[in-house]
Amino acid sequence: MISNLDYVTLQQLWWIICSLVGAIFLFLTFVQGGQTLLWQVAKNDLESSLVVNSLGRKWELPFTTLVLFGGALFASFPKFYSTSFGGAYWVWILILFTFIIQAVSYEYRKKPGNVWGAKTYEAFMFINGSVGVLLIGAAVGTFYTGSAFSLNVMNNVSWQYVLGDVNLRGLEAAFSLFNLSLGLFLVFNSRVLGALYLLNNIDLSSFEEFESRLRKAVKTNFICSLPFLLYVVVAILLRKGFGVDEHGVVSMVSFKYFFNLLAMPHLLLLLLAGIGLVVWGVQLGAVKGSNKGIWPAGLGTVCVGLCVLCLPAFNGTAFYPSSFDLQSSLTIYNASSTEYTLRVMTYVALFVPVLVSYIAYLWKQMDSKKLSTEEALDHEAY
Amino acid sequence: MIDVDPSLVGWSRAQFAFTAMYHWIFVPLTLGLSFLCAFFETIYLKTGDEEWKKITRFWMTLFGINFAIGVATGIILEFEFGTNWSNYSWMVGDIFGAPLAIEGMFAFFLEASFFAVMFFGWDRVSKGFHCFSTWMVAIGSNLSAVWILVANGWMQNPVGMVFNPDTARFEMQNFMEVVFNPVAVSKFTHTSTSGFAFASAFVLAISCWYLLKNKHVEMAKKSIVVASVFGLLASVFVGFTGDEAAFEVAQKQPVKLAAMEGLYKGERGAGLVAFGIINDTKIPGDIQDPFLFQVKIPGLLSLLANRDFGSFVPGIDDLVYGNENENIMGVNAMMERGKLAVSDLKIFKDAKKIKDDVTAEAALVRFNVNKEFLGYGYLETPEEAVPPVNIVFNSFHLMVMMGSILPVIFGAFLLFSFKGVLTEKRWLLPAGLASVLMAFLAEQAGWVTAEVGRQPWAIQGLMPVKIATTNLTVTAVQVTFAMFAVLFAILLIAEISIMLKAIATGPEGH
Ligand code: HDD
Ligand code: HEM
Ligand code: HEM
Repeated sequence: MISNLDYVTLQQLWWIICSLVGAIFLFLTFVQGGQTLLWQVAKNDLESSLVVNSLGRKWELPFTTLVLFGGALFASFPKFYSTSFGGAYWVWILILFTFIIQAVSYEYRKKPGNVWGAKTYEAFMFINGSVGVLLIGAAVGTFYTGSAFSLNVMNNVSWQYVLGDVNLRGLEAAFSLFNLSLGLFLVFNSRVLGALYLLNNIDLSSFEEFESRLRKAVKTNFICSLPFLLYVVVAILLRKGFGVDEHGVVSMVSFKYFFNLLAMPHLLLLLLAGIGLVVWGVQLGAVKGSNKGIWPAGLGTVCVGLCVLCLPAFNGTAFYPSSFDLQSSLTIYNASSTEYTLRVMTYVALFVPVLVSYIAYLWKQMDSKKLSTEEALDHEAY
Repeated sequence: MIDVDPSLVGWSRAQFAFTAMYHWIFVPLTLGLSFLCAFFETIYLKTGDEEWKKITRFWMTLFGINFAIGVATGIILEFEFGTNWSNYSWMVGDIFGAPLAIEGMFAFFLEASFFAVMFFGWDRVSKGFHCFSTWMVAIGSNLSAVWILVANGWMQNPVGMVFNPDTARFEMQNFMEVVFNPVAVSKFTHTSTSGFAFASAFVLAISCWYLLKNKHVEMAKKSIVVASVFGLLASVFVGFTGDEAAFEVAQKQPVKLAAMEGLYKGERGAGLVAFGIINDTKIPGDIQDPFLFQVKIPGLLSLLANRDFGSFVPGIDDLVYGNENENIMGVNAMMERGKLAVSDLKIFKDAKKIKDDVTAEAALVRFNVNKEFLGYGYLETPEEAVPPVNIVFNSFHLMVMMGSILPVIFGAFLLFSFKGVLTEKRWLLPAGLASVLMAFLAEQAGWVTAEVGRQPWAIQGLMPVKIATTNLTVTAVQVTFAMFAVLFAILLIAEISIMLKAIATGPEGH
């Protein structure tokens, strides 16, 4: 079957796979969101331990998904990998830092002799959840707003954005209202997911106040996320986009993304279904007193993420546009690896269902019983 | 065409070296400790003896402390290919990115998902499934070694690809060749077993410390038995695979081999330097003695390099300036042909742009004749093809020296454990303590040999590091280097302090 796919189909398939990994990452940022809630919803040591241990059983998932996202993009769209990572240097380096400090925080927070004290590691977690997610949002935002770079004949990237005489190498992404809004939406959404996950995962039977704080967090963070979501959606519909014609020439097209949505109604459907699912999840968590809200809200986030990542890539659109030199913009067709590599990788990707099923199996095995106070206080706990 | 700031290249290399060597403090421990934990737990499962469970959980705690920081430092390296070596990433992403993606898919997830069961599943899953999870973590971590070393092996010996003049990129042609690259295979067997030896030495050292302090004696003795069996097997295997690694180097990277041995004038029946002090002022082509002092074992280098006592091993001078008698083409000749390839490639590209197919076609034909020397076209002097001999020689010899002592130490511990007289042989215990330091030095020295010995190439013979970097300002790289240095210091202090505390506390309370 795979041997019958042509090059264009493979390129499209791989963009969808990468987008899916990215969208799943956005769902898994419930860990990051939960980290930023720690100081807000947990009012004593016991509650903190519950939050950290509940998240601590999952923190590797978003982390590893991010690694996989990077690896998959490297293999399938190397020109994007080199242009964006090498070009928007500071954004990626900062994102990287927020994940380095996260990785040690769980293990070291409560360990005797950790030198810097529990609060430092909690601050690391907070930075990862806030700055990290915000910057990832801003980086995704540049798929719509473009970045100031050019590529020479050898495809070496030159970054062109300077402030005074400092080349900001990607940090300027944070100056765009659109990118910031997307980032902030992701931050608040991850907090919604975080609260929903904690409701689902912790045995809250003797923690009424704690539970009500979590439910309140679901509601307030959802409300906070709405203006940003609204702004992002409206801005996407109204803004000019980076269209590519059949000769590969890039030009600015009015209402490009709006027309993309009309041309690809399944993406529109995905967006609407996604938003609906998130609302449902929030309702379950904030109003209905259920603890299953994480599932619809998580699925909804995946749908929205998939739409946001696919919309600027298909239907003759440049997904990594250059606002400095339109013709340097990257499309999934000029940035991909060769047909051979994509085909090999597609065979490898057949393994993904196995991966997903054992992760789901382990999740089920481990979470069939809610996290108890005893476990959170165990001397081996985080 | 190449107007890269040399200090940018220098800082980028320094940053990569620094972060990679830091990752390599923790990774080999993960590779070996994960298996040791699996052994301990399997013994517990088979015997049902709670003492073994206590032992398992103790070493697992140390494993966890180490693992966290290993993961934290790994993500840096993956990002760095893009941030600091973006030209490299673009030119070889098709080949090099694939193993990295596969690593994420096959290895990291396995490791990460079962890790949670291993640490928090004691009361949530059955004993058997728990033990299975521990094994999966061990297999997962070693699988990540497979894929990253496939990527690294390809840089040392690029196979399974073609150069595409249209895109000026290297493209994969045969995935299986990339995966079963003999250099990758020998790298994996050597590095993973070196990790086993290092982790065994780690367990041995901590156990010896307990014996010296007369604490947790039972646990220490039991741990020593397992660690010295595993360590002995691993360190003997490390020797064999190291020999294989050297053979591969001799075949694929003869300049590296010459640097490893400080060999300037090639010879038949070449001897292996057992011990030597390099003459720092020696440069290729001059008449100075490369050594201030040396002890040689006759014939052994020829055996190592070509599996034949009498065979010819080329020295640096032969490789740089050529040696007609031995039919060796010098770097100077390769550079000439490389420069032709570079200029024909440019003519080809320019002609393509103005759609002059005739000129393009002719240039391509000429290019194809010289294309295997393309990388040499970017060198400025033939001597540039020689890696820093001093560093490579010393690190290689440090590794081999440590590698010769380790099996002896493991063997002694095993012997006395079986005789049941270990606690009487207190003079041996400091050697057990020292073994972890020796293994650690060998680990770092091994990578320095492999990677510094590869210089000036990012991809052996094809792409020098100076055209692989991202076009950044030196300041930007200096700032990130400083950021990494500060962050690493903060994390390392914490990790060591936590580790020492956990060791001081011992297995009590488990
Ligand atoms: C405990 C660690 C350890 C020990 C005792 C040894 N090695 Fe090693 N060696 C490594 C750990 C290591 C390593 C860190 O794993 C390296 C770095 C790159 C690689 O492939 O493995 C390495 C590389 C490496 C290379 C370079 C491969 C390349 O450049 O591609 C050679 C030729 C050897 N080793 C040979 C030996 C020999 C002959 C040893 C004698 C017993 C030996 N090693 C002991
Ligand atoms: C974890 C063990 C490793 C260590 C300790 C290590 C060490 C080093 C060192 C010392 C350098 C600098 C060499 C110099 O500039 O003189 C270097 C460079 C580099 N290494 Fe490694 N390395 C390791 C693994 C790898 C692997 C597995 C890969 C590839 C998959 C890799 C890819 C590179 C690259 C791209 C550079 C920069 C370019 C260059 O200087 O050649 N390294 N490494
Ligand atoms: C220079 C190239 C390298 C890169 C890009 C790299 C990348 C990574 C990444 C991204 C992680 C985190 C994985 C996670 O999310 O769980 C990691 C961890 C790990 N890497 Fe590396 N790595 C490199 C070198 C090596 C080498 C040479 C080996 C083994 C031979 C190795 C073995 C491991 C192992 C076992 C882990 C598990 C965590 C731990 O270290 O404790 N890596 N690496």
